Amino acid sequence: MPSDEMDQKTQERLVSIAMRWYDQIRENTIPSISLPTRTKQNIEFDDDSEVWKYGDRESVRSAHTAKSALHLLKMSYVISFLKTQLREKRSSTLRELYYISEGWKRAKFSAQDESNLLIEDLEILTDLQREAFHLRPEEDGATIFGPLRLKEMTRRGERVIHCQEDVGEAGYQIPSNVENIDLLEHDARFVIAIETGGMYARLIENGFDQDYQAILVHLKGQPARSTRRMLHRINEEFGLPVLVFTDGDPWSYRIYASVAYGAIKSAHMSELLATPKAQFIGVQPSDIRDYNLPSDTLTEKDIAALQSEISDPRFASEYWRTQIQLQLKLNLKSEQQAFAARGLDFVTREYLPRRLTEMGILS
Amino acid sequence: MVTLADELARQQRSISVAEFFEKNKHLLGFDSPTRGIITTIKEAVDNALDACEEAMVLPDVFVGIKRTESDVFRITVEDNGPGIIPAQVPFVFGKLLYGSRFHQIRQSRGQQGIGISAAVLYAQLTTGLPTLVISRTGPDYPASRFLLQINIKTNEPEVVEQTEVEWDRTHGTRVQIEFKSSMAAKKRLLEYLKYTSVVNPHARIRVELDDETYLFERVSDEVIACPQAIKPHPHGIEIGQLMRMLGTAGGTCGEFLVENFTRVGKKTAEEICRNAGISPAIPAVSLSPAEQKKLLGAMQGAKVPAPPTQTCLSPIGEELIARGLEKEFQMDFVRSRTRPSSVYSGHPFLVEAAIGYGGKLPPDGNAQILRFANRVPLLYQQGACAITGCVAGVSWKNYNVSQAGLPTGPLLILVHVASTHVPFTSESKDAIAAIPEIEREVTLVLQELGRELKTYLSRRDKNRLQEDRARAVCSIIPEIAVKVAEIVDLPVPDTSAIEGRIMRKVVVKKMSRDGRVRLEVKNYTSQPGALTIYDISRDSGEGADPKPAIVTELDGEHTKVWQVEIDPGGSWSAEYRGAGGGSLEVRGMPPEHVVVVDLDAQ
Repeated sequence: MPSDEMDQKTQERLVSIAMRWYDQIRENTIPSISLPTRTKQNIEFDDDSEVWKYGDRESVRSAHTAKSALHLLKMSYVISFLKTQLREKRSSTLRELYYISEGWKRAKFSAQDESNLLIEDLEILTDLQREAFHLRPEEDGATIFGPLRLKEMTRRGERVIHCQEDVGEAGYQIPSNVENIDLLEHDARFVIAIETGGMYARLIENGFDQDYQAILVHLKGQPARSTRRMLHRINEEFGLPVLVFTDGDPWSYRIYASVAYGAIKSAHMSELLATPKAQFIGVQPSDIRDYNLPSDTLTEKDIAALQSEISDPRFASEYWRTQIQLQLKLNLKSEQQAFAARGLDFVTREYLPRRLTEMGILS
Repeated sequence: MVTLADELARQQRSISVAEFFEKNKHLLGFDSPTRGIITTIKEAVDNALDACEEAMVLPDVFVGIKRTESDVFRITVEDNGPGIIPAQVPFVFGKLLYGSRFHQIRQSRGQQGIGISAAVLYAQLTTGLPTLVISRTGPDYPASRFLLQINIKTNEPEVVEQTEVEWDRTHGTRVQIEFKSSMAAKKRLLEYLKYTSVVNPHARIRVELDDETYLFERVSDEVIACPQAIKPHPHGIEIGQLMRMLGTAGGTCGEFLVENFTRVGKKTAEEICRNAGISPAIPAVSLSPAEQKKLLGAMQGAKVPAPPTQTCLSPIGEELIARGLEKEFQMDFVRSRTRPSSVYSGHPFLVEAAIGYGGKLPPDGNAQILRFANRVPLLYQQGACAITGCVAGVSWKNYNVSQAGLPTGPLLILVHVASTHVPFTSESKDAIAAIPEIEREVTLVLQELGRELKTYLSRRDKNRLQEDRARAVCSIIPEIAVKVAEIVDLPVPDTSAIEGRIMRKVVVKKMSRDGRVRLEVKNYTSQPGALTIYDISRDSGEGADPKPAIVTELDGEHTKVWQVEIDPGGSWSAEYRGAGGGSLEVRGMPPEHVVVVDLDAQ
């Protein structure tokens, strides 16, 4: 869709929210909006798209308490701001939006989290991504390294980039708006998404991408939306399997879950961001046991997190139940770089090939 | 030849009470120099208040603490009590275990006659200085001045010097003690005086602490009735005391019981004797030790009504507790309760308590617990006290108060146990022992107060909710309307109908924009309303339309007063040039029918 038309549609949808309130006030009712409840209990598996989405539970925000009224007031200020921004063809970051609100008297945000959440509310209400509002996230995207050629529309024109030949040691940086990229061609058998920078660099240094025709993606901890969108597109457009390689602790399993099934915060756009076919390579609790990896004992918070994962619908499978129970029994966790205890090449020569064969990716 | 037993016998000799104390200071609250200062003042103030009560005068107590050397303090306590006759002064201050109240059964602060003489002894031990006492018993008598010490070996007073002096008080006593100490416990000392003042609202206590002065003013001019002594109750007596009484008894057993015990009539006396297997007609003095024991058993087993409590106990009273608390603490809510009197082991007692909430009490942490026994604050060993145990035992969550062992939050709990015999855990009188009857009364009174606190808290929450709603409806929704209209490019919709539907009240609004201040009143009720609006700000209100009925000025603040009468559904407004701000007050209608919204306030 041409961008002018897209901006026009975005404006219309934003204004329609304000129009709803205007009509409500005209009809002498208290303005309100309803949004899906954003809790773990209200995300459910969608069979058609194979991702986790918000369920039917909705909560109504009605301006009959000062807190909710203030929320609606803030939202109307944001809509008014976005409308102007779209009309003037400007853009801003989430952080800038937060600072712009300084001038909104009592409608100003008390913390960045509050403005981020409000933007997510607007995404749900308009069924559009924040990029459509011309809002960018703060964080720089993660990096990609591997046999992949793509075309990016930059402010200085189109650039065709090969993610092994045309990039430096660190790889190609994913832009915040992945819609500006065309995926052209590849020579890969699979994609490995890696949690830590240390392991990502280890695989590049060991030539894993060349030896096994792999596209390496650095997740940088909990992955940004753009990184997840990129994985989703590579998986869908090229049909390449996506594998997730993280530390062996409960927090890292959540990284995998957000790649595969979406995050609770962004369940309203799971269909665009999640890669339901993504598989978990490790570090598995059983690896800690089988390879006798250097490990730490679980903290109380770790244990609580594992227990909460047992009840998380995203981990409701036989595989995860067994692994989580095992980990609770072992009372241990290991980082992915713990493989270095068996030599720097162990992970690329033995562990990954064995796991990939086991999973049927390599034959 | 000298045997070992002879050797040992030579070392054995009687120990004087004073010597015993010298070695066991902690038993009486003199375990450290810091604590000594508090204990001394506590004993002297207790005595002063007791004396004033007996003389039926309103206590005027002066407490002075002056540093005379780097670690020596001179402590002065002076009262306007009845004074002590010169012949008695040496014994009151210079002999341990000498007192007027030990043998009486009634509520009093001091009891054993140890406290003040222990302080005299403590001074003697740490500085070697004698204690100065001035006392005068009336305008017709001169004041006597004493310098006193205690003979540690014999526990007898030694008068170092005795003179007659001029004194500006017509009656009263002044004691001046110097000992080694430190002011490390200054905060606790002031706490003690503050708490004392709370439960003695009829007393004025003036304090000079080096160069600082504090005044704890009285809030009641009513002299409290001095509790009257009663005879012992047959259930509240032990064998030793009974034997002593029998030893000096003149009449028959039956007469002995009737004359010496409360609530014992002829019939009860006969029944007791019958149960003990003793004839009521034999002389009481002739009972054998075995018979004495039987008699005690029969007395304790007899059905005797509880002892009378009206006269021997002196509760502070619900109103005075509340007033006493309110004068020393700023709180949003105070309630107090005095329980009916009750009895444990033949000793009458009663429990009073109060709960304070909010205001300037610290919002976090454990509740402040003020413990009192016979109007004396208990400052130490909070954890060992039955009162603390009861406070922790109540489930405060039922009353919407959070709890972690003790209740937490901006909460103050006062418990006063009054009795003819307060069961302390030790002689330093810091903690009340866990007597089931007392614990039950304390728990009951706390639960009663807890229920009242809950009612207050839920009413407060409801009011908050209403205020919150008023703010949302009357102030934020109009702003939403303006912003939304701007987005959709349409005229600003009127929000007053929403306001009226939700509020059903008289709404008074103040707003300022572009150098104009506007006051607006709308009556959304079905009744006509009449109210007076006080608009207080730096604006003079000149040229206001309509003109205010009255304008007054004080320090640049103008109070503009309008009288508004308004029909159901009607509205009224006034405007003037100004910057707004200040405050807005509305009177003349019950607060539940009016909502005041200051749109300038954030």
